[in-house]
Amino acid sequence: MSNTVSNMAYSITDTVTMLRRTVIHMLRNPVMMLLGTLGTPIILLLMMYNLFGGVIQSNALTSSSYINYITPGMILITVIYSTGMAALRVNSDMTQGVISRFKSMSISRSAVLNGHVIGSMLGSLISVTVIFGLAYLMGFRSAANTFGGVAAIGLIVLYVTATMWLAIAIGVWSKSPEAANGMLYLLYILPFFSSAFVPTQSMTPVVAWIAENQPFTPIIDTLRALLMGTPTDNRAFIAVAWCIGFGLVGFLGARAAYNRSTNQQ
Amino acid sequence: MMITVKGLRKAFGTHVVLDGVDLNVAEGAIFALLGPNGAGKTTTVQILSTLLRADAGEVFIAGHDLNREPEAVRAAIGLTGQFAAVDQVLTGEENLMLMVYLRHLERSKGQNRVRELLERFDLTDAAKKPVSTYSGGMRRKLDLAMSLIGNPRLVFLDEPTTGLDPRSRQTMWQLITELAANGVTVFLTTQYLEEADRLANRIAVLDKGKLVAEGSPADLKRRISGGHVELQFADVAGLDKAVQSLGSAIRDDNALTVRVPSNGSIGALRKLLDQLDSAAIPVTGVSVHTPDLDDVFFALTTQPDKKEVTQ
Repeated sequence: MSNTVSNMAYSITDTVTMLRRTVIHMLRNPVMMLLGTLGTPIILLLMMYNLFGGVIQSNALTSSSYINYITPGMILITVIYSTGMAALRVNSDMTQGVISRFKSMSISRSAVLNGHVIGSMLGSLISVTVIFGLAYLMGFRSAANTFGGVAAIGLIVLYVTATMWLAIAIGVWSKSPEAANGMLYLLYILPFFSSAFVPTQSMTPVVAWIAENQPFTPIIDTLRALLMGTPTDNRAFIAVAWCIGFGLVGFLGARAAYNRSTNQQ
Repeated sequence: MMITVKGLRKAFGTHVVLDGVDLNVAEGAIFALLGPNGAGKTTTVQILSTLLRADAGEVFIAGHDLNREPEAVRAAIGLTGQFAAVDQVLTGEENLMLMVYLRHLERSKGQNRVRELLERFDLTDAAKKPVSTYSGGMRRKLDLAMSLIGNPRLVFLDEPTTGLDPRSRQTMWQLITELAANGVTVFLTTQYLEEADRLANRIAVLDKGKLVAEGSPADLKRRISGGHVELQFADVAGLDKAVQSLGSAIRDDNALTVRVPSNGSIGALRKLLDQLDSAAIPVTGVSVHTPDLDDVFFALTTQPDKKEVTQ
């Protein structure tokens, strides 16, 4: 019994140690960090709004302004980019043999990945806040009540957790940063075929079918409804189910790959 | 005994890497596992350091069963892998402090230990610089220092000097010798007979997953009995004639060379060349080699890529 307690205590101190390491990694190279996680989302937000905002707003299907329409999707895209950086960080641990060192030591097995996940999640949430701030400056206004706001934050945290584990799994699984980037590319590209920038009704039938049936659309639609104070309908359940599915696959995949990994050359 | 290994087996798919290896390493010894690339050295280290599960075999390390008490084994060992497993982003000092935290040492005690190791490994000046600015030799030293945090009783060093310049290699050898002088058991792998000879008091030779010899450096060298002479020929015809004339020799058809065991003395060399001369076989080049790993394998194993001709 006392053994279990001390194991748990070590598990927490080890996680904190690994978390601190992840945070140092992020802070040590702030320019790379900012460019890698926020560069593309900021450019994308400005570009979409300024290039297409006018056209789209004149054909608007709803009364809400275009910045209100694209902000939820941009939040999801921002998270993807920061999880990408996390995947590359964990991959460099795997490929440079640091993980072998940790695994040969008497430290909590879960601490290494948990440290990566928690540290990177903090980074993600900061990025999300920055994008929210930028969107606000560009005219984004939420119409959510308290419940909607809390639910929106809850959904964002759930989504960040899920995609983070998925990205970490990719990072642990991949034999090289190039391979990791290749798999991450799927994650990067998927939101463009969703309701992030235009409603699915306006798409050609094939693309619309993809958009309607891929995970990002229900998550974006739910987040948008929560932020705009409109009804979420059953897409909310689909959104949560996708997140839990992603998260479980990522968590189990990352753990399996981590346990099986040795630095075989 | 610090390490007892019985019947260790490991295969990756159908590829057998370790085929029944038995090892005994005494406490305080420097033990060298000598073998070429692909012999199974790294796999052995990975199994003994709990990174990889063996398919079969019994392993006891520092009195603990590897399969039943891996955590106790981990607490007793330090590992320095084949590629410097250091955090490139952190500074040298931060890397060492990371080990202090992960070994759950008291902070002030840990800081003292870190200072002492930086001093001893001549890394004090670079302590506050990120590891990405370190040379290969410095990284390897830091790597070793990191595995010494927490005073492990047993340290694994997987090819500790591969890729290092001669000076860094000397430094590394010095550090390893000091380690053993302080009572730490060292298990190292190497491709170089010279390294095993210099450092180890016990050497085991691993070839294709099997131990082919074990003993003190003197024992092994007695079995090798000197080095070899390599003779270069202009064509295969010359090579054929030379092999016929010389009897026991290893031929390499691609390089057009023949390798003859020899102590390398002037007398032996003269006799060898005279013999070829009297048979009218033109030799285009001669080189004399002191015993190296190839000679160990020549003496102890058969090599499929080179034909052995004994007449």
